[in-house]
Amino acid sequence: MKTFSSIVTLVVLATTPFLTTCAGDLAKKPIGDTTINIHSSKDDEGLTLPSGFSSIVVAENLGSVRHIAVNSNGDIYAKLAKLKDGNGILELKGGNTSNIIGFGNYPGTGIAIKNGYLYASSNSAVYRYKLDGNNQVINPDKPETLVKDLTDRRQHNSKSITLDNAGNIYVNIGAPSNSCQVEDRAVGSKGQDPCPILAYAGGIWQFKADKPDQTISDGVHYASGIRNTVGLDWNSAVNELYVMQHGRDDLHRMFDQYYTVKDNAEIPAEEFLLVNKGDNFGWPYCYFDPKLDKKMLAPEYGGDGKIQGRCADIKKPLVAFPAHLAPNALLFYTGDQFPEKYKNGAFIAFHGSWNRAPEPQAGFFVAFVPMKDGKPNGNWEIFAEGFAGGNDKKASGRVDYRPCGLAQGPDGSLYISDDRKGNIWKITYQK
Amino acid sequence: MRRRLIPVNVVIAALLFILLSLDPDQTKPPKAVMDRGKVIYDKECLSCHQADGLGVQGMNPPLAKTKWVLGPKKQMIHIVLKGFSDPIEINGESFENPMPPHHHLNDQEISDVLTYVRNSFGNNAKPITPAEVKKVRAAIAKGK
Repeated sequence: MKTFSSIVTLVVLATTPFLTTCAGDLAKKPIGDTTINIHSSKDDEGLTLPSGFSSIVVAENLGSVRHIAVNSNGDIYAKLAKLKDGNGILELKGGNTSNIIGFGNYPGTGIAIKNGYLYASSNSAVYRYKLDGNNQVINPDKPETLVKDLTDRRQHNSKSITLDNAGNIYVNIGAPSNSCQVEDRAVGSKGQDPCPILAYAGGIWQFKADKPDQTISDGVHYASGIRNTVGLDWNSAVNELYVMQHGRDDLHRMFDQYYTVKDNAEIPAEEFLLVNKGDNFGWPYCYFDPKLDKKMLAPEYGGDGKIQGRCADIKKPLVAFPAHLAPNALLFYTGDQFPEKYKNGAFIAFHGSWNRAPEPQAGFFVAFVPMKDGKPNGNWEIFAEGFAGGNDKKASGRVDYRPCGLAQGPDGSLYISDDRKGNIWKITYQK
Repeated sequence: MRRRLIPVNVVIAALLFILLSLDPDQTKPPKAVMDRGKVIYDKECLSCHQADGLGVQGMNPPLAKTKWVLGPKKQMIHIVLKGFSDPIEINGESFENPMPPHHHLNDQEISDVLTYVRNSFGNNAKPITPAEVKKVRAAIAKGK
């Protein structure tokens, strides 16, 4: 009997930590949950919008929807970062999920519609598909390759695209690097000076929108010194290119002698840039400090948080957004549905941060910048929020949805896509 | 005489079975090692792999219950010393960011942080010793 009771004691002792672990796991489970699906195609109570605006979920669980485009007939095209049943593009005919077709056997981010063509990008190339009189893709399996062989080393490999009104397409080629160190992101590794990456990445290139098989040497090196851009858009009101630069990471982890945890979370701004041909925005040598309102010398190149050095003459952003929020889409609103304030203003989808840790994560919203004559005309504000699913999820980064794409519908509605589960919301306004 | 519904020996056997089916390695590394490991984790690893060790969608891989953490010690030490940028998939997800080399940490620091990672986030694997780190570092220096 003594043996029996000691075994019981042993079992209780042995199972106690086991049970505790189980309870802990259960308590944590909703944070990483990927299956909860509470929305349907009706009024979505999840999003918070300004007065007069409402949202519906037009599609859910499509997959990793990056950028989206809406055609004049209401068809939605969604570009996927991961193939779904072998397809990298989904077409939602009529703008709903009753008839979805897939094509394009490459993953990627960029998608756009212009002058009777659908443009889409993989992580190394840009393609286009001719649309017929009914706005349907004529030959979904045989796109024309416009640009090929662009750098894809996984980091910052989104080839986002936008088109002007003069037959050109602009492609972001992100730098496959944080700050062009000899060993990327390694403590103690020096910055390369000059940075060899700038010859083939870390900028925006302009190509012809109708010429097949272009390579980078056929393109115009339109702007340089841009670490990475996922959101860019041609502003037709002023005929200029605007991009959202993703600022640098890891100031504290690599340079704790100069920067605190909080400095890293708050200093290296996400930059809203007006890009003129030939501009250089200073990456990897410079980053923008919104508190000092200056472009500052990066610590890999001798900076210490106080030295401006060679960065003094670098063009500043139009708006400096909080660090690490990951602006993944930019859209100038040209519709008539929304109030006058929104006309030609900029919507920006923030994918949400990770490099703010251990400080709380932030972002996961769509912002709006009022614009006049191509310049900000008032403070930026949060336009749509509620994608994270609550403050705890937002702080931990274990969110429900991550805004990644924006598009304008033919009736002036705004569409927002999410690449975590693949939701698409439609935002409308009614007085 | 009252008949027992379940004989004692069956109860003992069942309890023994439960006991044995639990992970037999319930030993945690010494608190001092875990404490030192956490300090290094928070400074060197957390900004990418996050406080919960679950990484970042599409960017940085999770450290919880993966073969890269629970598998061969030598491989894990090698990744930390040399960095790692091969495309990998965990639970159907791939990751964009490279793992930078951490050769600026000494053998003791690497053994502490790896032991911490192998025994946090639901992981439970044998500790890594400074001698094991030293051996891999020497092999890397020789170009192996």
